[in-house]
Amino acid sequence: MVSTTTEIVYQRPESFTDVHTHYCPGCTHGTAHRLVAEVIDEMNLREETIGVAPVGCSVFAYNYFQMDFVEAAHGRAPAMATGIKRVLPENTVFTYQGDGDLASIGMAEIMHAAIRGENITVIFINNAIYGMTGGQMAPTTLTGMKTTSSPLGRDVEMTGNPVQMAEILSQVKGSGYIVRRSLHDAAHIRKAKKAIRLAFEAQNRGLGFSMVELLSSCPTNWKMSAQEALDFVGEKMVPVFPLGDYKVNPALEKLRV
Amino acid sequence: MAKELLKGNHAFAEAAVRAGVEAFYGYPITPSTEFLEHMAARMPELGRAFVQAESEVSAINMVYGAACTGKRVMTASSSPGLSLMMEGISYIAGTEVPAVVVNVMRGGPGLGNIAPSQGDYYQMVKGGGHGDYFPIVLAPANVQEAIDYISLAFDLAEKYLSIVHVIVDGNMGQMMEPAELPPMRELPEKAPDWAVRGAKGREPNILTSIYIDPEDEEVTNLRLLKRWKEIEKNEVRFEELMMEDAEFAVIGFGTAGRVASSAVREARSQGIAAGLLRPVTLAPFPEKRLEEIADQVERILVVEMNSGMMLDDVLRIVKGKVPVEFYGRMGGVTPLPDEILAEIERLSQNQGEIAGDPRNEWMARLEKQITGEK
Repeated sequence: MVSTTTEIVYQRPESFTDVHTHYCPGCTHGTAHRLVAEVIDEMNLREETIGVAPVGCSVFAYNYFQMDFVEAAHGRAPAMATGIKRVLPENTVFTYQGDGDLASIGMAEIMHAAIRGENITVIFINNAIYGMTGGQMAPTTLTGMKTTSSPLGRDVEMTGNPVQMAEILSQVKGSGYIVRRSLHDAAHIRKAKKAIRLAFEAQNRGLGFSMVELLSSCPTNWKMSAQEALDFVGEKMVPVFPLGDYKVNPALEKLRV
Repeated sequence: MAKELLKGNHAFAEAAVRAGVEAFYGYPITPSTEFLEHMAARMPELGRAFVQAESEVSAINMVYGAACTGKRVMTASSSPGLSLMMEGISYIAGTEVPAVVVNVMRGGPGLGNIAPSQGDYYQMVKGGGHGDYFPIVLAPANVQEAIDYISLAFDLAEKYLSIVHVIVDGNMGQMMEPAELPPMRELPEKAPDWAVRGAKGREPNILTSIYIDPEDEEVTNLRLLKRWKEIEKNEVRFEELMMEDAEFAVIGFGTAGRVASSAVREARSQGIAAGLLRPVTLAPFPEKRLEEIADQVERILVVEMNSGMMLDDVLRIVKGKVPVEFYGRMGGVTPLPDEILAEIERLSQNQGEIAGDPRNEWMARLEKQITGEK
């Protein structure tokens, strides 16, 4: 007789609701959502977490996380998260924001949340475009990239260069953990998950502001297939937005997750 | 507790502390800054939240966040700051969470000045932010009343899941008056069942102002409107002075109403049968009482520190039953009792109809008055 045991190696995280998302085929929002949900499960934080959804494609993020959620005004998620965290310091508070939300209209809110060393976690989706409104130029749009509001390609003489938020926020003393990762293939997705884990660990340990910038794809507005879009992230975006650890509080360096 | 000599802004802030406010998020602006300064000292010593935000935009969105947790939360600012806060105020209204916003009004538009004004009447009373919503607006006229109404504001906000504006002008923020502060209220132990505090042992709470399906938004709009009708029924507040047998009614709120009360008393001593209606809730407006007054008096004088904003509401309610005249000072100028007394005297002798906009004759008189003063 041979005894067999079964082991579950993959299942829907408890923090992830069992519904179809509204995201386009090939979009990496779903991947990013799932990584956050897995980390919250692993850290057993679901029942104490409050998420803050942004304005943009992930405006309905609260439908996909099985936890308390609020929906912020465009760009104001870090302010709203601050308001929550200051009255509920024992709870875990995170925002989930796109590049238009975080790096354009919400620049003041994200900078000052970091400057105050606000003990919140920010998941920053950088896909170099405004998705929800149909593909306009974002502060992160690559040089020469065509969008509906830069039809001839982004002209850096007129519109400036793509903004590198991880680098900027790493210069702020209040930041405890600032890294950039990418979601363009399985190996990078695994590294992204580890970074998300460390960002929440930073908050748990009271190490200040934490942000994981995730390079993401937008096949619909880039007018590419899903695979072409992922290749574009790896080949075109990574050189402009180098992956790496920009600020890591020493208390996190030896942490094995 | 005994009366103390209190500066307006400090007294209002302390009133909020004693009403159990658990978070204050604000940005410095004259003439409301002492409010923030008081909170900067008091809130941390009580273990409560205080943040000096990077802007009024951010401050109101912090308020929005804390309001979603069901904690008592507020901000205080002055006119230009309120313009910046209108975004968040609309979201708070759309999400149906309670918050108290104090506006210590100053002269405008634009940067204007830091002198007392009532020029934000439209913005405060009619909403100011985008979309269909109905703020409750309290307009106290002295430091004691402001202390009492700031406390009431939190109760109304929670009862009706509404934005409550307490509007005063720079005079009241800056003046010192004897007033009595209430004792400390106990903080509530239990969270409201809609609050986000972590979904422990229950389904998640989601707080949002999005209703992407227009039919759902309409249901929400109707719910807000029905709640507003309840507020109109239950929460009208006003003060009166010698209205019982008045032939001439003066209507003014806040500081203008207070100055007018001196003028009305003086008019009475001269034998003019004047009386004062001072709305304390500008929204909901004391419409029924004004309708009764319109049936009783011969003439009405509206006094404001703006270009005649409440005047439009008075005209709407009086419906031409009796002539309505207007006297206003603008730009941060506070009227003196003698100016209003002169208007009451003129009013008591004027039997004529008012042709067209009551502002027209006032504008002509004011222009002469301003030139004469120089």
